[in-house]
Amino acid sequence: MIEVKKICKSYQNGDNVTQVLFDISFKIEKGEYVAIIGPSGSGKSTLMHILGALDVPTSGEYILNGKNIEKLNDDALSDIRNSEIGFIFQSYNLLPRMTALRNVMIPMAYAGVPKSKRILRAKEYLDIVGLSDKYNNLPNQLSGGQKQRVAIARALSMEPSILLADEPTGNLPTSQSNEIIQLFEELNKKGHTIIIITHNDEIAKRANRVLNLVDGKIISDKKNQ
Amino acid sequence: MHIIEIFEESVDVLKNNKLRTALSILGIIIGIGSVIALMTLGQASQASVKKQIQSLGTNLLTVRPGAQSSGFIRMSSGDSKNLKNEDIDAIKNSNRFTTISQVGAEYSSRSQVSYERNNINVSVSGITPEIFSLRNVQLEFGREFTQEDMGSKNKVAILGPTTAEDLFGTGVNPIGQTIRINGGTYTVIGVTKAKGSSGPFSQDEIVYLPLETAQKVLFGVSHVSTIYISAKSEDVMDAARNQLGYFLLEQHGLKSPEEADFSISSQEDILQTITQVTQTFTALLTGIAAISLLVGGIGIMNIMLVTVTERTTEIGLRKALGAKRKSIIYQFLIEAIILTFIGGLIGVCIGLGASFILTKSMSLPLVFSAPSIILAVVVAATIGIIFGWYPAWKASKLQPIEALRYE
Repeated sequence: MIEVKKICKSYQNGDNVTQVLFDISFKIEKGEYVAIIGPSGSGKSTLMHILGALDVPTSGEYILNGKNIEKLNDDALSDIRNSEIGFIFQSYNLLPRMTALRNVMIPMAYAGVPKSKRILRAKEYLDIVGLSDKYNNLPNQLSGGQKQRVAIARALSMEPSILLADEPTGNLPTSQSNEIIQLFEELNKKGHTIIIITHNDEIAKRANRVLNLVDGKIISDKKNQ
Repeated sequence: MHIIEIFEESVDVLKNNKLRTALSILGIIIGIGSVIALMTLGQASQASVKKQIQSLGTNLLTVRPGAQSSGFIRMSSGDSKNLKNEDIDAIKNSNRFTTISQVGAEYSSRSQVSYERNNINVSVSGITPEIFSLRNVQLEFGREFTQEDMGSKNKVAILGPTTAEDLFGTGVNPIGQTIRINGGTYTVIGVTKAKGSSGPFSQDEIVYLPLETAQKVLFGVSHVSTIYISAKSEDVMDAARNQLGYFLLEQHGLKSPEEADFSISSQEDILQTITQVTQTFTALLTGIAAISLLVGGIGIMNIMLVTVTERTTEIGLRKALGAKRKSIIYQFLIEAIILTFIGGLIGVCIGLGASFILTKSMSLPLVFSAPSIILAVVVAATIGIIFGWYPAWKASKLQPIEALRYE
């Protein structure tokens, strides 16, 4: 379902061209649980942003569910991000003046789901992530782990074919981190395809495939037993 | 996302920033308010002047001395003494005029007028009997001047209603009483009907005397300040003006119109001149007010640009979650339009309040014109669109990844 072919990404800063990704190619099938690991500055986040259609590669092809992403315009990319990808950020990125429920409703609003249905579905997904009692809390009334759960509910709300999580537990204490990872495992068992970036070897071991990225190149691609 | 929801969200955002919202619409409030106030004031003064002039009659031609330049010296109008009683008699007795129905003359000046202990300074106007019908003046009480009053320089007076009230108090019939003007005693024989205007050209604050009584007995002069002539109809105004002009040139022994020591104007001329002047002033003042509206608009743009910068991360997130450019543009545009629209509404209220107070204090008629109010609100919203567009467009151009990285 995901296929990247010879993806390169470079940034231009004045006369300096910095290449971040070199000829990355891999395939990810439906239902996989993939961890991408690597040291800081290895290009993990850049790769994740390209996979999340938040950024476009300088060269190479990215095919998501049969669509060639790098050829799409701004609005078409918005559609892809809205309906086919659930992105989970390290810093949660909730809108601070909106309740948990309304935060979860945002992607559905942009997809044009009627309001009554949106509320029902948002509650459903908040129930799934275990926040049945926090519908009307503002983000600043929630713990880090709870905020990340809201973000996960938001990512799930459009029933995307793929969940992308960029160091989802990077800002969390261990106990809350474990709960989030458990949640990912449960979601994976239910059939969700998940790609997760992490620094943490423990978390990587629990995924069923690990891509190791160093200096913008994949140096290993192993299946865990 | 539905437009109504974007609207609700914008209202939320603005409510969360009450002080900023209030300050940013202040410019629009002041701009719209002053435009409305000045436009209403301009219309009010124009209407008032129009009413005063039209109350004098439309077939009226006015001859005044001077006002024509001679060489490099421009004689100040009204100061020259070259319109004489003989001119009036000559016009009256000439059989050359086919277009004129009535001729009257006036000599007016200000003087001290008293009754018992009441003492006022008021315009005293010596008139020929025709003046009342020429200038649409009617009597409330008493009688008009007769040829007998004129010929024998009788010391009789007709009062304007305001003057009668000032001298005698409200509800007193002054007919038969004597008033003193510059030491002489005059018998009141009539009071005119109110014409409903005030100010220096009021026909309610006035004392009328027979022309020669004023000239010879009171002021000691032999010229008139104005000759009034009514044309037989509005269609022959131009012909009447020409006949009169050439007749007076001849009468004064002058050869060409350039030498004329008098000027003839119709009510229409005066109306046009005054309308032009008030329109120019209104336009000028409204223009200045419009500049403050423009400044207000720039203020809105400024605050919207700050808002966009402040909410860069939010914009990035929204785009990351599937917002299209249109949704982002709408979100910020609607915020700007709400700001200017509310500012416009408040500005209209304040402008109307100000014009109410101003017209009241200047005793002008208050004319609210609905179109100008609607126009003002539409202009305000348009300013929102114009000045909100650029920040909104800028927001929509943000790349989600750049915006999310922004701290």
